Amino acid sequence: MLPAAFEYHAPKSMDEALGLLDELGEDAKVLAGGQSLIPLLKLRFASPAHLVDINKIQDLDFLEERDGTLRIGPLFRHKSAERSSLLASRYHVMADAAPQIADPIIRNRGTIAGSVAHADPSGDWGTVLLALDADLVLRSKSGSRTVKARDFFSGPFSTALQPTEILSEIRIPASRSQTGGSYLKLERKVGDFATVAVAVHLQMDNGKVGSAGIGLTAVGPQNIKAGKAEAALRGARLDDATIKEAAALAAEAAEPRADHRGSVEYKRNVVRVFTERGLKRAYERARGGG
Amino acid sequence: MGQPITVTVNGENKSAEVEPRLLLVHFLRDKLRLTGTHIGCDTTHCGACTVLVDGTPVKSCTMLAVQADGQQVTTVEALAAGGTLHPIQAAFKQEHGLQCGFCTPGMMLTSIALLKEKPDPTDDEIRWALSGNICRCTGYMNIVKAVKSAAAQMKASAAVPEAAAAAARS
Repeated sequence: MLPAAFEYHAPKSMDEALGLLDELGEDAKVLAGGQSLIPLLKLRFASPAHLVDINKIQDLDFLEERDGTLRIGPLFRHKSAERSSLLASRYHVMADAAPQIADPIIRNRGTIAGSVAHADPSGDWGTVLLALDADLVLRSKSGSRTVKARDFFSGPFSTALQPTEILSEIRIPASRSQTGGSYLKLERKVGDFATVAVAVHLQMDNGKVGSAGIGLTAVGPQNIKAGKAEAALRGARLDDATIKEAAALAAEAAEPRADHRGSVEYKRNVVRVFTERGLKRAYERARGGG
Repeated sequence: MGQPITVTVNGENKSAEVEPRLLLVHFLRDKLRLTGTHIGCDTTHCGACTVLVDGTPVKSCTMLAVQADGQQVTTVEALAAGGTLHPIQAAFKQEHGLQCGFCTPGMMLTSIALLKEKPDPTDDEIRWALSGNICRCTGYMNIVKAVKSAAAQMKASAAVPEAAAAAARS
């Protein structure tokens, strides 16, 4: 299969890339890891007249903690997330998710930011960012703006990102002590898209939940933030009754559709069970275990 | 229309003018006639088209040839250079790590990258590393055996020069 013809641009700087996007507007797509975009081009689901490849731009492949914020660059790849000791020690939900993205060869090239910008409702990183309450920096020639992850996704493959913008940085509040997370994913076979997945991020505060983040994958038209479940946890002690209540609320927040991966009831039930398990695991990690 | 690129393929610089939409796998197969790289699913699932780009396994059906400009690509044709089988090839042969052979080039290249990083992998690590390469014949048992056997072989042959050097020093 061949993509439809396009003009290829490989800018050497961010300014050059943003200038191209400004000029080309809706006729252009940004190419990062290409592990979703190139298949889309081959299947002719997308046929942009121009491709702006950002891989030749220096310094976009970064993960760093600075000024109380974890910052992720546009070319930070799944593979690097999988191998990061920083994520393994303090950002459990990300460390859990990374090795569950597609397969190892795809992880060598695919990027977190690209996956988020692609906004597949079955994509994993968007859900993780919802649980972490991340900010997304969207940069264009005329400046940059910051959008909350919960305001970023607007439907299947639809986001707040304008054609002239690049998702230039993902910002996550730096992990403090007593934080724990987990990402549980059900897939039919290794490397498959999720049937259901649940992201949990907990910040404990003297034995009570300071804040909780819960994200749901593949059970709606976009990655879902389970706001009611999060609210029910805030300030609570994490006993069995609280966990059960939050899990029931997360299951209610899911809007699954029946397909070859399972029925509505099945998927909703998996959300409930994974939220329970995820909360328990995250809690254990927040207390220094697991 | 055409975009000039130079890719180092199996150690040789290859220059061509290509359409930007040309996939790396077609560049290798159709332009360079290196047909050892196979096209399986053509949808980024099966891993038959895996090559090494700057040493890293990549599905060549999911990368544009223009993106490989200035990079090093290794295909299965490089493995038996000089007519001697690479230890991974010898091991796949010895351990019956293939039946039809369609997935084998991708399997071997992914395995080589694994062994470079982890010279002594466990069964789990091998299975995990190869989880993006699908085989419809073998059931994977013999592939895992082959990779283990290659690892032992490569370690042994790496140890020989070291032992010789140690002997020379003493």
